[in-house]
Amino acid sequence: MATTHHTNETPTDVASNGTAPTSTVSPETLLDYYRQMVEVRLFEEAATRGFRQGKVGGYLHVYIGQEALARGFLDAFRKGDKTITAYRDHAHVLFQGGDPKATMAELYGKGTGLVKGKGGSMHLFDVENGMWGGYGIVGAHIPLGVGMAYSEAYRETGNIIQLYLGDGAIHNGYFHESANLAGLWGKDGMCPCLFIIENNQYGMGTSVERATANTNLGSKFDSYAIPWEKVDAMDLEAVIAVAHKAVDYVRETGKPYAVEAMTYRLGPHGAADFLEQYRSKDEVREARKRDPIGLLEQRLLDLGVTDEEAMEKIRAHAKELADEAVKFAEESPEPDLSELTTDVYAPETGLI
Amino acid sequence: MAVMTYRDALKSALADEMERDESVVLIGEDIGLYGGTHLITDKLIDRFGKKRVIDTPIAEGGFTGAAIGMAMNGMKPVVEMMTWNFSFLASDQIIQNAAKLRYFSGGQVSVPIVIRGPNGGGVQLSAQHTHSLEGFYGQFPGLKVVAPATPEDVKGMMLTAIRDPDPVIFMEAGALYGTKGEVPEGDATVPFGKARIAREGSDISLISYGRQVNLLLKVADQLAKEQDVQAEVIDLRSIRPFDSETIIESVKKTNRAVVVQEQWRWFSVASEVAAIIQEHAFDYLDAPVERVSGAEVPAPYARNLEIAAFPGVSQVIEAANRALYRKG
Repeated sequence: MATTHHTNETPTDVASNGTAPTSTVSPETLLDYYRQMVEVRLFEEAATRGFRQGKVGGYLHVYIGQEALARGFLDAFRKGDKTITAYRDHAHVLFQGGDPKATMAELYGKGTGLVKGKGGSMHLFDVENGMWGGYGIVGAHIPLGVGMAYSEAYRETGNIIQLYLGDGAIHNGYFHESANLAGLWGKDGMCPCLFIIENNQYGMGTSVERATANTNLGSKFDSYAIPWEKVDAMDLEAVIAVAHKAVDYVRETGKPYAVEAMTYRLGPHGAADFLEQYRSKDEVREARKRDPIGLLEQRLLDLGVTDEEAMEKIRAHAKELADEAVKFAEESPEPDLSELTTDVYAPETGLI
Repeated sequence: MAVMTYRDALKSALADEMERDESVVLIGEDIGLYGGTHLITDKLIDRFGKKRVIDTPIAEGGFTGAAIGMAMNGMKPVVEMMTWNFSFLASDQIIQNAAKLRYFSGGQVSVPIVIRGPNGGGVQLSAQHTHSLEGFYGQFPGLKVVAPATPEDVKGMMLTAIRDPDPVIFMEAGALYGTKGEVPEGDATVPFGKARIAREGSDISLISYGRQVNLLLKVADQLAKEQDVQAEVIDLRSIRPFDSETIIESVKKTNRAVVVQEQWRWFSVASEVAAIIQEHAFDYLDAPVERVSGAEVPAPYARNLEIAAFPGVSQVIEAANRALYRKG
């Protein structure tokens, strides 16, 4: 999806004087990211239709409303870095340059899928592009990311781990055990890990207020001596500014850093979450006013780098890409039955 | 050949592999400065430094998960479970991540990790500190589960475990750390999935693994001396992958089998062994396969109760006599 993958090899120091962060991203790059975010949005809508048609099985968690978050942090992603996240993982794959056709085919359970039809929506992996999954147990991927970071430091690669976790995972033992290890290993420069809390306000249907008495989630990192800050993750430029500052810190020091990224899940928790009895329609309507794609449209219009007509073209193109992905997925063959027993053990062991 | 304790044989395998391969690290509770609760890793921190002998806080889920992350990303960690009893806290990581990652990543990710530690009872640690978890971990595809009984095997199988590209559950017989045996010098690996005939015999097959192998050797001596029965003793060594062939061949020869284990009987290793025998050697059996297992109770503390809870010589002899249709 990211046909022109933007990287920023020499990020400038931003917001070090405590003022509001200002973006270092060019208007052209912003426009490109707008295109990618629209493409992800329409991909997710197409996937949801596939679920309703019974063509996508299992669970399906889409990223609608959160697009500026992953797109923004990935602006600071460098080749060799790695991301790891939970089950709301489609957008990370796509923003990292993953093939939307193979991604959709995975959701459709096809042999051409990203993980050969063996994982589905919750277990997308695109290791070649630095995307290391895709995990279905809340919180259980957090220690993996911390250990991966240790390995980067141990091997002196200069790479870092972007570890995404939901607000719901903060209350889980894994978070606290892992953050503690990260802080500890960071003392020796052995944990280049950026924790990114995707705070979309709800752990499934349980709001942050109903899950903890201390709703200032970033402050949980204080216990582990990990510095952190908060960012409005509906604002792409704000995310990008914080991302570079955080990534630079992690890369230079080998220490962990955390960002509580405030976002909102505009869609359901999962595609089967039809009722949404845990929040009001008014609340969602209000949140839609700050849809990150809408905010970015306005920003681009203000910057004068686009107009309605150009944006309509972007939307039409995104629709074509989503349709192509669906067509590819629908026409792809199911996995060969011989694949049932492969990838349990390493092929060279001869075991199934 | 050198005579070594089980403990030293194990330690030498760890040190040799660390020397050979810089990606090998040790991680666990009190394995460094303290020297390891069972002294398996004693002084290795002095030799390899704290980046390779990593002391952790008491948080099994977190550090096991982190070690899995290291394994995914180019390292070969050997995790010490201070005892396997604590692995329940890490079992979600072991089962849900380590065992399945290769599969649900469509083959994109390998997890070459070894998780090792003492298993089983016998030293009055009571309910929460006494389990035999071979059957539990043996159930999950994606894991390999081994339980060496001798110094030679513990060294050779640890070398194999560390070089294996998949997660290995390495169950040491805690009660055997001090026992001695001959250990070949150098790079003497022992493959997985190959049982060992610890004593040849023609009249009955006695089958177990880990600490119980020594019990079976004692039983075999007694059967030979008192009843002129020649028992064949089979040490499974590896629970998954499993060596069906050696078991089947033995039973085809002896026509009788007793399977012995410390763990509870229901849904256990012995259940699987009995099933394999009846599937593949049914026509050769002269008696039902006997199983001798731990009592169906949480492990008790008092010495006499603990002894009664685990298989002993008399129970195995009784089972053998039932299979031999003898009064004993």
